[in-house]
Amino acid sequence: MKRRKFLKLAGISAAVAGGVPSFLLREVKARSYTPPPGALTARRWGMAIDMKKCWEHPECNDCIKACHAAHNVPEIPEKKKEIKWIWKDEFEHVFPEQPNEFNNIVFEHKPFILLCNHCKHPPCVRVCPTKATFKREDGIVMMDFHRCIGCRFCMAACPFGARSFNWVDPRPYIQEFNPEFPTRMKGVVEKCLFCYERLEKGQLPACVEACKHKALIFGDLEDENSEISRILKERFSIRRKAELGTEPSIFYLIG
Amino acid sequence: MFEKALKGSRKYWLWLGFLGTLILIGFLAFLAQLQYGLGITGMSRDVSWGFYVAQFTFLVGVAASGVMVVLPYYLHNHKVFGPLTIFGEFLAIAAVIMCLLFIIVDIGQTPRLFNVLLHPTPNSMLFYDMIVLNGYLALNVICGWAALHGEYKGTKYPNWVKPFIYLSIPWAFSIHTVTAFLYAGLPGRHFWLTAVMAPRFLASAFCSGPALLLLALLIVKKVSKFDPGQKAIDTLSKIITYALLANIFLFACELFTAFYSNIPGHMYPIIYLFKGLHGHNEWVIFMWTAWLFMLIAAILLVIPHTRKNINTLAFACVILFIGAWIDKGIGLLTGGFTPTPFETITPYRPTIPELLISIGIWATGFLIMTVLFKIAITVKEARA
Repeated sequence: MKRRKFLKLAGISAAVAGGVPSFLLREVKARSYTPPPGALTARRWGMAIDMKKCWEHPECNDCIKACHAAHNVPEIPEKKKEIKWIWKDEFEHVFPEQPNEFNNIVFEHKPFILLCNHCKHPPCVRVCPTKATFKREDGIVMMDFHRCIGCRFCMAACPFGARSFNWVDPRPYIQEFNPEFPTRMKGVVEKCLFCYERLEKGQLPACVEACKHKALIFGDLEDENSEISRILKERFSIRRKAELGTEPSIFYLIG
Repeated sequence: MFEKALKGSRKYWLWLGFLGTLILIGFLAFLAQLQYGLGITGMSRDVSWGFYVAQFTFLVGVAASGVMVVLPYYLHNHKVFGPLTIFGEFLAIAAVIMCLLFIIVDIGQTPRLFNVLLHPTPNSMLFYDMIVLNGYLALNVICGWAALHGEYKGTKYPNWVKPFIYLSIPWAFSIHTVTAFLYAGLPGRHFWLTAVMAPRFLASAFCSGPALLLLALLIVKKVSKFDPGQKAIDTLSKIITYALLANIFLFACELFTAFYSNIPGHMYPIIYLFKGLHGHNEWVIFMWTAWLFMLIAAILLVIPHTRKNINTLAFACVILFIGAWIDKGIGLLTGGFTPTPFETITPYRPTIPELLISIGIWATGFLIMTVLFKIAITVKEARA
């Protein structure tokens, strides 16, 4: 043991013994999770969606299909009770505060790709009474399907409608079952998890990989040299409901 | 003293039997919900809370309102409320139990309910709601039962109860404030994002709760020898009047802020509720009924002549209760979820099983209230 490490440990022990509450010692907090070798890691994962490229292929739903197949997302026929992790909606619904009375040609009814924003300050995490939804150190807003009690407070708190609830048993509605990913049971909330399970294996998220047109750019927002950081510096992008201060990690490149 | 609840007239048993039937039906509907999932209700991805959470919110108010008879007696020595405090506390017990039941039936994974205790999360308002509601239940059981026992023995309540009584007064305000904070701190839900949410919750609670109590006392007066006394009824009706006026005033403040600022997000939920939006007008008739009822009740209560007449007073209390129930029960919830975060409208209508479960819980509350009131009345009659 190095002298420095020893002193540190001794200091911490003394502090704990002295009754200093552990939350004051945030800097020595143990890592709750160590990614396996070969995993993709970041300080804050984010995604930029190049809408111009996306609009060139209005029929393409590859990202949605890939995600929903990979994660056993059920196809619920009743629209009011559907489950979705990534989907499309029109400009007026995605940016309800943006429509412009006089300039309504450029974006009118244009589809946008929607998914969980993995906010820096997620209101869903703030309200969850069991920590079933929590933010990882790399910025991913996670869900523990086994801890969720189904109170749906997170759905009321999310200003982006990113969360779905299993109103009924979803298993009969799964089209193609993927044994690599857990299915859910009735009574729990679910949403996009930024493919944490693929990142662990060194793979990009399923939607990013599935996009033939390279419209989805995934990377570390806090790494200056990442592709996403470079693009965000160069091009004009908007985020949904930025005025609410949740700091979404999904950026829409529209310029 | 529980034996007092076991001896009663035919009418008493018929009433309990009627409530028992409703409870049984509600319980069967709940079993069906457990089997099928919350898909049995009218809730949806967009309106993810509905009738259950609405009843919960309204009943937290009824529970808190017990303080409106406890406070004047213990803090202002308003002697005519002395015999009534027990009823206020017993009403609170019944209401809190209903609240807890409504939470239990609203949860998607009922067996995991105790995860809230296993993984306590102080950043969630539900954590505090759990503490204040269960604490309030305990306080009212302690205070109500000790006071009744004192009366039974012909003595004053024991001294050790006093700190609990004084604690129960601010605690009553806390339960409804925390419940308002469940809503008032959510970004993007414009109808809920208002600083007057907690004050308005308290105002509507302190008129609707005592209105229910007053009606219950009028029934008690009819079916037993216990008379709450004209003076007590007078004070109670004045409390109801002031609280109702405060509720109307605070709602007017909401209207001003929304419409003078002309901010669409703030106006849309109100327009949806009272006028309809994008061709949807599901709740318009309900909302107008609610506010007309509350306004008529306000007029009847403000005029001394109609307030002192027992018939118009009872009528005012009935319509006030219905009005406040619609406004806070249904209006608050649907207004918060409509329009959706996408500025679209997904209509919500409760389903039959959802209503049967809710009626079953209300019946449970009335059963608890009836039994507790029966015990209190029998003890009081024996002393008279």
